[in-house]
Amino acid sequence: MNGVHDMGGMQDMGPVRPEENEPVFHAAWEGRVFAMDLAIDGDWPGGSGRYQRELIPPTDYLRMSYYERWLTGLSELLLKSGMVNRAELESGVAQGGNTKGRHMLGADEVAPMIAAGRASTRDVPVTARFHEGQRVCARNVNPVGHTRLPRYARGKQGAIVRDRGVYVFNDSLVQGLGEKPQHLYSVRFAARELWGPQAAATDSVYVDLWDDHLDAA
Amino acid sequence: MTATRRDLLTAALTTAAGVAVTAGQARAEEPDHDHDHQAVPSDPALRAKALESVLVAKGLVDRAALDVLVDTYEHRIGPRNGARVIARAWVDSTYKQRLLKNAKAAIAELGYGGAEGEQMVVVENTAQVHNLVVCTLCSCYPWPVLGLPPVWYKSAAYRSRSVIDPRGLLREFGVELAADVEVRVWDSTAEVRYLVLPERPAGTERLDEAELAALVTRDAMVGVSRVVAPGGGAHA
Repeated sequence: MNGVHDMGGMQDMGPVRPEENEPVFHAAWEGRVFAMDLAIDGDWPGGSGRYQRELIPPTDYLRMSYYERWLTGLSELLLKSGMVNRAELESGVAQGGNTKGRHMLGADEVAPMIAAGRASTRDVPVTARFHEGQRVCARNVNPVGHTRLPRYARGKQGAIVRDRGVYVFNDSLVQGLGEKPQHLYSVRFAARELWGPQAAATDSVYVDLWDDHLDAA
Repeated sequence: MTATRRDLLTAALTTAAGVAVTAGQARAEEPDHDHDHQAVPSDPALRAKALESVLVAKGLVDRAALDVLVDTYEHRIGPRNGARVIARAWVDSTYKQRLLKNAKAAIAELGYGGAEGEQMVVVENTAQVHNLVVCTLCSCYPWPVLGLPPVWYKSAAYRSRSVIDPRGLLREFGVELAADVEVRVWDSTAEVRYLVLPERPAGTERLDEAELAALVTRDAMVGVSRVVAPGGGAHA
């Protein structure tokens, strides 16, 4: 989706403003939203929260703080899945129980969950379409759903620097179309290929892209 | 600055523009009822509280588990982890080789790993190469070694500009790069997380590993600043 979240190369977004001694969370509710997002046992595919945040209307997306986007994305996922309804979210009063039989993460399960992580590599035999050193072209496509192929790289030529192995293909997974595991590559794009003569000849941008994002150049 | 931003947000939330946040969500389902929710401004703190109450009452989340999650990322997992990794690499060249070859395994040697560090790559800054990490699409960041990202890393300004004008951006962070230094920007578009191994500053030969770790900043491990020796004219 050519959404406002796909920001690489946009201009006039203002200066970067680092904050001295920045707290991890700027208000208690931010921590609670973060924690709920990690703790909830949703019935949606991994990465759905991120896609849901991408679906926030652009004017709202730009105005919202980071954890407001998380709160909005999580709320929408819970509504879509039927785990909560809108009246409950507006009132704060539950009308029913854990009707879907989802697991409730216990306090003693947090550390093991964090330690385990969630692997996105897959040990399945998939033939790599490209090899290290090969010239490739990122596809010029404009999918309406979730994609990890940023707009600034589309139609641009680069080179495969490293075959990172077989990974779940998020573009497919998040849309409920299965994991579609395939090779992931580190692709080097010369800065001048991406941005023209204003970029330094020495510089480059490395993007992680999957087989389905690429064609041989 | 934070106070200013928050004040603006608070002000926005009491206006029709702010309420469009929830109205926008309702719009897709109820195109004729854009204004239904405007009577009740949606402060995110209140919305979060309502959500937590509902999820707890339904038996979907446990407040004690939320407490542990918040505590973990506020107090236990943060950039001191990454600093230990960097200092170890500076004092132990065989560790450094392992780190550059298989970052996940080498970082696990120090006890770090897990969520948002399932696949790790470490890139080395040298006199000839400067690496910079970004996630233009979202906010991907190596949690086990750096903790949760700061606001600036997630900002539109950083995400948009890092790929098209890394040298200008670095200059604002106080890093002036010679024309012949190669800049490599790493856009974290997949599930691989990147950590920059900064250059060890001159004049630190006598420091031990713990003293070196104390010099390593979060920003240096993202690639927006350098590590400086004690008394070396530190910048952010």
